[in-house]
Order: sequence, then C-alpha cells, then structure tokens
Amino acid sequence: MRFMLLQNYGHIEGVEPMHRWTPEEIRAHIAFQQRINAELTERGELIDAQALTGPEAAKLVTYGGTGEPVVTDGPFPEYKELLAGYRIIDVESLERAIEVAAQVSAAPGQNGVPIKQPIELREVMAPLGPEA
Amino acid sequence: MRPPHPIEDLLRDAAPQVLGALVRRYGNFADAEDAVQEALLAAATQWPAQGTPENPIGWLVQVASRRLIDQLRSESSRQERETAYERSGPERPDYDDTVTLMFMCAHPALTTGSAIALTLRAVGGLTTAEIARAFLVPEATMAQRISRAKQSIKQSGVAFARPTGSQWPVRLASVLHVLYLIFNEGYLTGSGDELARAEVSGEAIRLTRIVRLALPDDPEVAGLLALMLLTEARRPARAGAGGELIPLAEQDRTRWDRDLIGEGDALIAEAWRKGAVGPYQVQAAIAALHDQAGGAADTDWREIFALYGLLERMTGNPMVSLSRAIAAAMADGPGSGLAYLRPLEARLAGHHRLHAVRAHLLEMDGRLEDAIEDYEAAAQRTASVPEQQYLIMRAARLKQSLKFT
Repeated sequence: MRFMLLQNYGHIEGVEPMHRWTPEEIRAHIAFQQRINAELTERGELIDAQALTGPEAAKLVTYGGTGEPVVTDGPFPEYKELLAGYRIIDVESLERAIEVAAQVSAAPGQNGVPIKQPIELREVMAPLGPEA
Repeated sequence: MRPPHPIEDLLRDAAPQVLGALVRRYGNFADAEDAVQEALLAAATQWPAQGTPENPIGWLVQVASRRLIDQLRSESSRQERETAYERSGPERPDYDDTVTLMFMCAHPALTTGSAIALTLRAVGGLTTAEIARAFLVPEATMAQRISRAKQSIKQSGVAFARPTGSQWPVRLASVLHVLYLIFNEGYLTGSGDELARAEVSGEAIRLTRIVRLALPDDPEVAGLLALMLLTEARRPARAGAGGELIPLAEQDRTRWDRDLIGEGDALIAEAWRKGAVGPYQVQAAIAALHDQAGGAADTDWREIFALYGLLERMTGNPMVSLSRAIAAAMADGPGSGLAYLRPLEARLAGHHRLHAVRAHLLEMDGRLEDAIEDYEAAAQRTASVPEQQYLIMRAARLKQSLKFT
C-alpha cells in the first residue's frame, strides 16, 4: 500500500516559528528528517521525499485559451494550508503508515521538544488487480 | 508475448538451480544469492560473444562458487569451505532445489512484499532493477527490501530444506500464496509499464509450472496454475486502448487466448477428479466456467453460485460472499442477489465493493436513482484509479439515460 504523508506550513500551538530557533535546534530538526528518510530507505519503504519552495515563490497558472496562460502570485488559500513537503512510502499496512506519520510528527523543535506537527496521511490510488 | 531470448531464458531457468547448489554446499543463503547474481551478470555479458558453454549450470556454479569463496575468505579465513567445494565437485542440480528455494523465500518470517521481491530475484533470476521497474519503486529501495529479506532469513535460521510433517501444508500454502500475489501484481490494470507487468505475471506462471513439475500430485498446485492460465487468457481483453477497465460481461471474448484456456481447463478438470478440493481449485473452476461461456447470458451462473458458496465456507472471506450475491442475481434475478447482500451490509459497511455490487444489482432491478447513489459512493471509496473511472462513468451514463426518459 502506498501512502502520501503531507506536511503543511502553518502555526502549531505553542511552537515558535523556525527562524526563532537556535542553529543547533534547526540542525537537530533537519538531521531528524534525514534520519527518517534513511531509515525508510533502509527498510525498503521510501518512494520519494521532497520539500517544496515557500509560498513566496508560488504561482497560480490558468490556461489562457488562445492567448498566453494567466500567471499570478495568488490568491492562495490561507498560508497555513499550503503544502510544505511530502513523503511517499510503500508499506505493508495502514498501521505501519500511521506509525511512520507519528514518527514524522515527533520531529524536534526548541529544546529538543517534539513540535507535534499534524501529518496528513492519504492512501495513493493504485491500479486494479484481477476480477474476483 | 515477448520475443525469445535464448540466453536470458536459460539464465532464468538456471538461476535457482545454481543458487540451490551453492546454498546446499556452503549454507550461506544471503552471500550465495549475491554470488549467483554476479555469475549471472558475467554469463549475460560473456556468453553472447563467446558462446554458451556446454554445461551452462556447471559453468555458473563454478563462477558463483569462486565469487562466494572469495567473499567468505575476505570476511574471515574459512578455508575449510573451499576444501569442501574442491571435494564435492560439479554436480547436476534439478528443480527440487528450485522448489526448496521457494520455501525459503516464502518463509512466514518475511513480510509479503519482501517475500515477493526475494522470490523474483533468488528464484526468478530477475535483477533488482527489473523488479524495481515492475513495482514502480526506486532501485535503492528495492535493493534494501531484498537485502532485509535475506537478513531475516539469516536471523530466523531457516535451513535449506523442505518443511516436513505438520509444517508442510502451511508452508506450501505460503509458497502458493506468494506465487499468487506475484501473478496478481503483474495483472494490475492502469499502471505505467504494461510490458514489465506482463513479464511479472509470466514469471509467476513459469515458477508455478516448476512447482508443479516437482509436486505433480498436489491438486492445489494444479489449481493455482489453472487459475493463473485462465485469468491470463483474458489479459488482451480486460482493458481498453486508454487503459480503461472493461468488465468481464463486456469483454470481447474473441480476444481471449484459447490455448491458455484449453490448458487451464484440462488442468483443473484433472485436479478436481483427485477429490481434495481447495480454494485455488474452486477459483479456477469458476474462471473456467466464465472462460467456456460465449457471453454473460449463457454462463452457468447456477454452478458459479454453488462454487462461490463452497469457497465462502472454505475461506470465510466476505468478498467471496459479494461475488456469490452477483452470481445469485445473474441466476435468479436482482431480487435474489440483493437478498444475499443484506446480511453483509453491517459487516462491510462503507466498503467500496459493497456499494459497487449493490449499484450493479439495483441497476439490474431498474432502480436507477438508488444505483447512481451507490455507484458514486463506491467511486468515492475505491483506492483503484481504473475502477473509480469505471464507476463514475457508469453513474454518468445512468444519469443521462434518466434525463432522456
């Protein structure tokens, strides 16, 4: 089963934004993310993991008919609803996917305390097997 | 069908025999498997230019043994293993080793995903890159999956031997289950690389044929092979040009492979006569009834209904009960099918298959608004792209027909 783990920008109750963290705290956070990816690869479960550039660089593109496409800088949904990054994993069960998501949510913030970022877990649609 | 590759076919067939010979001699499955992969690679690059050796298996065993000994030596000095090799000399392995390897690779200590990958590599002789491509997984991830599987085998201390006594039926069932899953992986509709997928199904059929050679009297082995052949026969008709799902009732049956159907029919008839009926034989018998019919209308639904009843008692699987309800509807009308669905509704509440089956039966019954509602509920819940598209299309067609009446 394939799952996508989505992480959004946005304020988490009781957590200062990352630019107020110390360099050590930021480093620890990044190392944690890399460790999860290495572990998922090592377990034969990682398909892809990417971070997306911030909302500042985001564009909205709309087909412009015979003319040029319409490209604007927004309006976007609320900042906190924008996708910041994702992982795609291939695991044996929903239970395992929840375990991974919980682990991702435990990424450390200031003083090494888990920031408990909510992780949106979505099953990726699959092709279809033989008819019963 | 892919064009013939004599060397490639020879190597695939030889791979598990060579591995079996090495494991029996040196007992080190994980390292032996690496050594065999290297020997296969050497053969694939050298044979086309230099010609295939007279005794290909002997050649591969020798090259792989040398690699393995080099590796064991570099790990620690295990001279006695080399002496063991000198003493035993080359020998002729056979399919027994291949089947024993399958028992190792399908060991219950492994997750199903790992068992599938390891079987394809160690027994099927596919490269990690080929397996990764067929399963749409990065090669590094697949390599790790295989290496972890080998690690699990090492840790669990599984011997290179076939299980005995009460273990035998349980372990044979896992071998057959893994082969069945490999076949299904290759039969998926709507994935990117159709050719790579077809090759995976072909591999499952090839390996099941080998199991049958080694265990010719086991009716469930024959049943599984028949089920694969009878399903594979429909591959050319199961999807449209755009990969869209074509249900059994609407398939162009002239495109079904009659040779595969003939072989599958004969196999299941022979197995059935032995009187030890199991779930694969029942599924094969159902597939045979579909494959023999000229269309949905002249299918023997009463017999299919009875067989699903048998399968339901054997497996207790509610998905089987859903199929049984469809057969009831086809035999006796939608009212009968809906009556069989009712007791399943609590158990399968919210399951997309329940909605999809009920939608079809309601449509048969002329209750189109209710059918649309169930088609849409099923479309929202399925995790399969072609099925979702099919269900949405089905609902849209009914809505259109309502508008014009």
